[in-house]
Amino acid sequence: MNILLVDDEIELVSTLAERLEIRGIEAHWFTNAKDALKSAETVPYDLAILDVKMPRTSGLELRDRLKRKYPNIKFIFLTGHGSEEDYRRGAVDGAVYLVKPIQIDQLIARMNEILKT
Amino acid sequence: MMRTLFEKWKPAFWNLPVHTQGPFKHMFNFRRIWKLTVALTAGVTLLPLIAITLIDYNVTQSSIESEILLTTARSVSNTKRSISFFLDERKSALDFLVHNNTFESLMDESNLARILRDLQKGFGGGFEDMGVIDAAGLQRAYVGPYNLKGKDYSDQSWFRKVVESGIYISDVFLGFRNVPHLVIAVKYDLPDGDFYILRSSLDTYRFILLLSELELSGRGDAFMINDHGILQTPSRYHGKVLEPFSLPVPAYSDRTEVHEIQDVKGEPIIFGYAYIPNTPFILVIVKLKRAMMKSWHQTRLQLIGFLVASITIILLVILGVATYLVNNLYVTDQKRLMSLHQLEYGSKMASIGRLAAGIAHEINNPLAIINEKAGLIKDLFCYKKEYADDPRLIRTIDAIIASVERCGTITKRLLGFSRQSDVMLQKIDVGELLREVLSFTGKEAEYRSIDVTVAVQDAVPLIESDRGKLQQIFLNLINNSFAAMEDGGHLEISAVLNAAREVVVSVKDDGCGISEADLRRVFEPFFSTKTQKGGTGLGLSITYNLVKEIGGQIDVESEEGVGTCFIVRLPVDAQPKKENPK
Repeated sequence: MNILLVDDEIELVSTLAERLEIRGIEAHWFTNAKDALKSAETVPYDLAILDVKMPRTSGLELRDRLKRKYPNIKFIFLTGHGSEEDYRRGAVDGAVYLVKPIQIDQLIARMNEILKT
Repeated sequence: MMRTLFEKWKPAFWNLPVHTQGPFKHMFNFRRIWKLTVALTAGVTLLPLIAITLIDYNVTQSSIESEILLTTARSVSNTKRSISFFLDERKSALDFLVHNNTFESLMDESNLARILRDLQKGFGGGFEDMGVIDAAGLQRAYVGPYNLKGKDYSDQSWFRKVVESGIYISDVFLGFRNVPHLVIAVKYDLPDGDFYILRSSLDTYRFILLLSELELSGRGDAFMINDHGILQTPSRYHGKVLEPFSLPVPAYSDRTEVHEIQDVKGEPIIFGYAYIPNTPFILVIVKLKRAMMKSWHQTRLQLIGFLVASITIILLVILGVATYLVNNLYVTDQKRLMSLHQLEYGSKMASIGRLAAGIAHEINNPLAIINEKAGLIKDLFCYKKEYADDPRLIRTIDAIIASVERCGTITKRLLGFSRQSDVMLQKIDVGELLREVLSFTGKEAEYRSIDVTVAVQDAVPLIESDRGKLQQIFLNLINNSFAAMEDGGHLEISAVLNAAREVVVSVKDDGCGISEADLRRVFEPFFSTKTQKGGTGLGLSITYNLVKEIGGQIDVESEEGVGTCFIVRLPVDAQPKKENPK
């Protein structure tokens, strides 16, 4: 199981990855869309956990680009904004949408849910 | 009294401060507009009215005055003719006698007595006696009640006058008999150059009768004076016979004259007179002008009354209309100002909302990092056994995570609250919404130890409404209540479903309350009791508008010193009012 973790906040994304690792889930983390896309060329990711708001390329945009190349990737969105509009846009295709700050147990629960389908 | 009445009826715009400078906010000086309107309308309506009344007044007065003069002149002329005729008649009778009789037959006293009797019979009185006087002035024959035979008149002035002009009519005098009478004497020239005089006394009874029979209005008085100003007949108001007349003798005129002069007391009188030709008599008719003008006074009173009544009615109407219009202008202007303020307030709120959203977003990221770091520390404790399993540290980390979660909740709500959107209908749980709004004010309530209770009836259904507007409505009301309460007060919020399928939310505090006079005005824009403390007076008016926008109603009940209860009724499924199309 390969997991892609993208957030522009390095402290957040690295810590989250470490915590997942402690729980036996290994995740590749990146702070920008460019690196993430490059990595996706070599690693077949099953799940991408993306921050919605990122400089240059947003999480939703990244999702679109990943999806075009690798249609099987599942997505979970993280956002600090929590707007209704983001929620609607993110939720249309069944993506999970979590508002920061998130609780790790909740995140893992949602990951498991998504990967099962 | 007048003051309090004025205070009571004073229009709202009256006490507005007059801003002579500054921005367009006080474009209108309503007092000035009001004064100008009143002055102009009163001017154009009252001036013609007053002018016409004055013209009518003058025309009427002068016509009445000239009529008084005319009627007086007419009576004077008629009476003068009567008296002239009376005297001429008697003069002619004597003239006829001297021509018709010889000196000798007149000298015969029995014959003279018969003539006198015939005269008295034929002329209906007036002739008292009759005598014949020769050229030497000696009374040679006499018939009458006195014994005047042989009396010498040669040195008397009337004798000289009759010798000169052939005829003489005397003043009224008392004579020997002590009765007012006058004398007529005619001279007859004999062919031999000698002459004699026939003389007769007339009583003044006939004059008096003639004059007293005159119908004179206005305390009128008709009498005769002689050219020395001695009354020849008795007058009603100007003295007895043979007394001097109080006014100066009028200048000679061969026509009837009527003047307005002042009597001795300074009162205006109508003075008409005519010289009776060939006699010393002047006929005088005097009327009191005041009495004559009595009917005019009545007319004048009616005219003035009409004028005063018209002016009063016109002024009242003008004042009423001007006040009504200017007040409407003022109210409209207030509404205009209110919408300006609301625009200002709305855009301010919008920018505050955006700012809050930005801040919430910015804070959320560091919060997420703190959350993850603390979580990692906890994980390290839990998963790696090499760290001592210290419960104190775990508790500390749990506390950090819990605090982060609380902060997260607040920022999420803030984000949700500040979101600007048009009326957006969604199903809303009123109880949940109230608790959410209270969470913003929870800290203040805690600090001020205000006891807040929320009671939501189970029957209250989800309502279809606009979340953001509802939040703002209740936040405003709760903030108001907090402002009204002392520390340690009680705020009771309840929601019930009423028979008309409305959710009735009441926000009841035990604060200072609102006075009865203010109660009617609390929803008016700019009505504020805390202008000194920076209140804009817009909070409740905006709340009112928000409630209207979502199709609800808001009422207030309050008692000073006891507390205030705001009641918001929200329709369960009514459509909100459409906002203005853009």
